[in-house]
Parts: sequence; C-alpha cells; structure tokens
Amino acid sequence: MGRVFRRPESFRDVRTEYCPGCGHGIIQRVIAEVVDEMGIRTRTIGLSPVGCAVYLDQYFNFDMVQPAHGRTPAVATGLKRVLPDHIIIGYEGDGGLTAIGIAEVIHAANRGENITMIFVNNAVYGMTGGQMAPTTLIGQKTTTTPMGRDSKRDGYPIRLCELLATVDGTAYLARTTVSSPRNVRKTKKAIRKAIEVQMEGLGFSMVEVLSPCPTNWGLTPVEAMKWIEEEMMTYFPLAELKSPNGRKP
Amino acid sequence: MERVLMKGNEAVGEAAILSGCRYYFGYPITPQNELTAYMARRMPEVGGTFIQAESEIAAINMVYGASAAGERAMTSSSGPGISLKQEGISYLAGAELPCVYVNVMRGGPGLGNIAPAQSDYFQATRGGGHGDYRVIVLAPDSVQEMADLTMLGFYLADKYRNPAMILADALVGQMLEPMELRGPDFPELPPKSWAVGQMNGREQNLITSLFLGGDTLERHNLDLQRKYDSIQKDEVRWEGLLLDDADIAIVAYGMSARVARGAVIQGRARGLKIGLFRPITLWPFPSIMISRLVERVRCILVVEMSLGQMVEDVRLAVNGRCEVHLYARTGGGIPTCEEVLKRVERLL
Repeated sequence: MGRVFRRPESFRDVRTEYCPGCGHGIIQRVIAEVVDEMGIRTRTIGLSPVGCAVYLDQYFNFDMVQPAHGRTPAVATGLKRVLPDHIIIGYEGDGGLTAIGIAEVIHAANRGENITMIFVNNAVYGMTGGQMAPTTLIGQKTTTTPMGRDSKRDGYPIRLCELLATVDGTAYLARTTVSSPRNVRKTKKAIRKAIEVQMEGLGFSMVEVLSPCPTNWGLTPVEAMKWIEEEMMTYFPLAELKSPNGRKP
Repeated sequence: MERVLMKGNEAVGEAAILSGCRYYFGYPITPQNELTAYMARRMPEVGGTFIQAESEIAAINMVYGASAAGERAMTSSSGPGISLKQEGISYLAGAELPCVYVNVMRGGPGLGNIAPAQSDYFQATRGGGHGDYRVIVLAPDSVQEMADLTMLGFYLADKYRNPAMILADALVGQMLEPMELRGPDFPELPPKSWAVGQMNGREQNLITSLFLGGDTLERHNLDLQRKYDSIQKDEVRWEGLLLDDADIAIVAYGMSARVARGAVIQGRARGLKIGLFRPITLWPFPSIMISRLVERVRCILVVEMSLGQMVEDVRLAVNGRCEVHLYARTGGGIPTCEEVLKRVERLL
C-alpha cells in the first residue's frame, strides 16, 4: 500500500513550540504542503514574525528572514525587488499587521508588491501573554481589557481584509479559518491561489486565517474552534474579498 | 580626471551608483532631499530600484530586505528620520547585514530646524538603537569626501557585514564644489554566500537577529565584539594639518574641521603655532592618535556644532593628561575662523 500522508519536504522534522490546540502548526503545515505541491521550495523565501511563531525559520525548510515586529511587508518589498523571480511569503499576526505594522502593510499593498502575506488573526497578542489586539472582539477579556473590550475606551475590531480591499494594488484577499478539516482545505486552496497571483505578478495577495489561541482565550482546544465559528466569524466573515478578474481559480 | 561641479548630496548618490548600489529607499526630509531626487532620476537609468517609502521605518526595513538578498542598498535622512531608522539599524547590526545610510544633520532636538548641525554625534557613535552594537561612522568635510567616503562605506559595510553611516551636515550636503568622480578601488570581497535566494543545492540560509536560549546571544555578541575590535584596529582614519610644531591642536570633524582648517591657516600667518586634527572615522574614533598628540601640544581645543559631544571622546583619549577646551555652537550656529582664532589666542 502506498504512503498517502507524510511530512512535507518544506517542513523540517522538528517539534514545534506551540500550545495544544494552537492554529499556527496547522497553518504552517498547509503553507509547507502548498510550497511542496507547487515545486517552488528552492525559490521561496519566508519571513518569520515576532511572536509565538518566531521560530518559523526553524520549521520551514527554505530560506528565511526574521524582521522587526510589523515590518514584514517592508522587508518583503526589499527582498522581492532584488529577487523578482522568487516567491516571498510573509507571516504575521494581528498585532504585527493591524497595530504596529499597519502602515507597512497598507503601503506594500498599495504599491502592488508581488508578495503574499499570511495574516494569522487570533484576536490577541499571544506570545506576550494575551493582551488586547486591534482584532479583539467587543467584550472579549484579555490581560489589558480585564473587564472586556469596551468600544468607547478601546475602539472597534479592525477588519484588515475589508480595509485592504479598498486599496487598488491588492490582487487577492481572502479570509479563511482552520476551525474544521473542511475549512483547513479551503485555507490551503486560498494560500495556493494567493501564491499563484504572486507568481503571475498581479499584485499584493493576503490570506487572513482566523486561528485558535486556547491558552489566551481560557478555552479548551475544542471550545476554541467553536468560539471561532460562533463569535469570530460573525464579526470577521469568511470570504474571498478580492480575486483577479477573468482568472480561473 | 574630469572635474565636475556637484552638490554634496548628489555626490553621495553618484558614488553609491559607482559602488554598485542599485537599491535606494528614501523618504523626504530636509536637508537631504537632493539625494532622494537624484536617486529617483538616476536609479532607473542604471537599471536600479528607487522606492519612496511610506516612512523612514519602512525605508530602512526595505534596506534590510534588499541587503538580506545580497545586494548593496542605501537609505538616507536627517536627524528626526534617523531616529526612526534606529530600530531597523539595530536589527541590521544584530543580523550582520551590510548597508550604507546617510544622516545629513540638521539642528535638534525634536523638529529643531533645518540648519547645519553636528548634534547627532552621540546617536551616531554610540550605536543609536537598542542593544550592544556599533556602526562604522564616516564624517566627510567636502563634496569630494561625500563621494569617497560613500564608496568606502559600501566597501567596509560588506567587508565587516555591518551598517556604515555617512555623518554629514546641511552645509556639506547642499554646497556645490568641484570634485572628481573616481570609481571605487578596493580589494575584491568574497561572495555573499550567507544571502537568501538561489537556494539550489544548499541548506537553508537564515537572516535573523534573534538568539534565544542558553548563552547563544552572549556568544553572538562576543563574536560581534571581536569584529568591532578588528574594525577599531584596522579602520581608523584621520587627517592632520601642521601638527608637528603646534602648541595647540584643534580637534574637529566635518564642517567644523573645514572652518578650523581656515583658522589654522590664518593663525599660522599671524605666527600662532596651531594645528588641526580631523577624525574622518568617528567610530572607530582615532583615540590612540589623539592620545599621542598630548606628548606634543600644550592643550587641545575641540570645535563642534553641538554642545560638547565629540569632546567627550577626546577627553577619554587624553585621559586628563592635558587640558581639553571646547568651542561649541548649536541649533544651526556655524563657527567662524575669527571666533575659533579668538579662543586659540585666549589659550596661548
């Protein structure tokens, strides 16, 4: 009988540092599978984020660059301008992309940089212990919103995909999740499409993935998946917000 | 060689292109705008890339990316923008990525003004950003040196895998002078096998400034220190004028040195025994040479366009063995030869 499931070549044989029930491992495996399937491993450059996934460069088996918090789209710009035939995949969380690095992502998108950003939205700062992020839901308790996020004091959750959809340089924008096997498959499809858009030179592409953080949400892994579907998805609806016209999926 | 009339800021740009720099990332700020405009025009002509970034922070991070991919890259700014770049410079230093960045100094603190100043000496020579690191700091005093030191900066940055800074000021940046555009003439450097991209047949290359766990960061920082030690040993540059029989040595860099040179020549005509010591590298600082000056001169007069910044390095070098005086202007004030000579006469 043939072997049907194996570790992708793009993912090294190492143990990840993630908590039980974390979404990072799923998303990263999916990226590695796509890179393998597209046969682009030796011309892919990844950018590891600041946060729980900072060890991404120890997991991915291709060239990696580690930028400062939130600066990934600017560093990716420099990389892509030097290596236009390479595939540049940035990976950042909600803190990096919607707070400290929101200027960098808006302007990289606006320049239509041919890069792909994977935006992991888990509605908190994970690594630093669960502080409020710009994507924290109203009423959600974090260490810096102990009574729950109050829009009068803390503002509203930012929908980055919708915001970037107004920017002409974006070619592909999708929001997916990893809350079920079906949704994982959809996430994989979206990431593949985003990379295809990059390779065709059509402009900026980003996939936002709603991802569980059971540790900082104070939920079990199963409850966390349910929380994504019942709470997060009502505010952050899954959708393909932008896709190049006339292209086959 | 053909002599051309160029502005200091433009000379930096052309020297960068002669050095093989094809990636420039800028952001508008006075008094360095001529350089950004020059690169916007010239880069497409030589097949290079010019991007006007959304901020100084983005610009230095684009440099980080281009340098990680193995290309010579540059950015430039003035004090307020250099402050913003410090985050990225610290990461470049930590990840051992070469780059050249230019500070055409203006008056500070805060928004200050746009007049010439040397107020960023501390920021430049102490690293500037967070962490235990050094950057190579080159201080031109003419349009010719704006070009020559830019080329040297690219060479040293690559040689040591370290950021190098051109510390100029509004005067040297904006004045027009005749100069020779001679290409760089440095020994060949090894290929950048550490750069990302073109992975075929090798293991992963990783560009990072993260060293978590155990003593990995201490070992990395000690490696950096060994590199800084060899820069300090081999790369100190300075210039002396009429120091052999001088009673008083003026120590000044950049535009202050230009003024001090005039003062020395005028003073000698009046029979004053004065000379000039001009540091060209501010880091590594020519401490040993200044220390040797003490054996010859009666005292030292530091002239700077900041309220006592470089004078601290001179005093450290002198270590109390002779008097070190300071003539300082600030906030856009430029010393004149007459003012400098008045101080000298008071000391004789």
